[in-house]
Amino acid sequence: MDLQQIVSIPFLLVGFFFFLAATIGLLRFPDFFCRLHATGKGDTMAVLLSLIGLSVYEGFSLTGLKLIFIAVFMFLAQPTATHAISRAAMRCGQEPWIKGKAKTQ
Amino acid sequence: MTRVTDDIIIRTVARVLIPFIQLYALYVIMHGHHSPGGGFQGGVIFGASFILYLLTHGLEEAKARMSEMKAGLFSSFGLLIYSGIGLLCLIMGSNYLDYGRLSTILRVIPAQARSLGILGVEIGVGIAVMAVMFSIFFDIATGGEPPGGEESFGDRDG
Repeated sequence: MDLQQIVSIPFLLVGFFFFLAATIGLLRFPDFFCRLHATGKGDTMAVLLSLIGLSVYEGFSLTGLKLIFIAVFMFLAQPTATHAISRAAMRCGQEPWIKGKAKTQ
Repeated sequence: MTRVTDDIIIRTVARVLIPFIQLYALYVIMHGHHSPGGGFQGGVIFGASFILYLLTHGLEEAKARMSEMKAGLFSSFGLLIYSGIGLLCLIMGSNYLDYGRLSTILRVIPAQARSLGILGVEIGVGIAVMAVMFSIFFDIATGGEPPGGEESFGDRDG
């Protein structure tokens, strides 16, 4: 194993852990806002780490640079999309879950 | 009707991202003939950047940037490029969209002329698709109102 693989594998593994945590949060959390919170943060981190790991694996090439561009784009776009969705839900009258209330849906 | 968002986060991020989305659309159009992509896909991405602008900055500002009339003109212009290149091949004495014969005007070998001809056609398709995407979304956003506003169309409630 060369150095690029040794560096990229931990990035990918941590990224996959965040994907798993985000998906569990999406399936298990009680209401819309909590689920959005889990996926919005978890997936952003997971995509970022996975793409950095893949670009390290790819090395100094055009493909690696493109992966970095995608990572920057996702880092900007994904939290903004989450923000827009949660704002729209709040405006449409979706009530946040409070402790002791039953789960919605 | 679309509602203008007053949210500074969404507006700022959209303003930062729209130029890069458009640059990526041009990249997809330009690489259409030797990698995945092409005129249609690039045009759709370009149109999506205008739709993002409309969603974040509202109908009026989007109209100032790209009115319905401009969208119609751009779609016709794209079609003109496409069919113009096709007819130029026909005039030069070969089949419609057979770019090989363009090598005499472009002063390159026929293989390069084919590549350049396809690129020209892709640019035409990209412009047309961009304008049509935007005008379809525009029609949906305004609920099919005519461009002059609802007064010019009489009473629509009846």
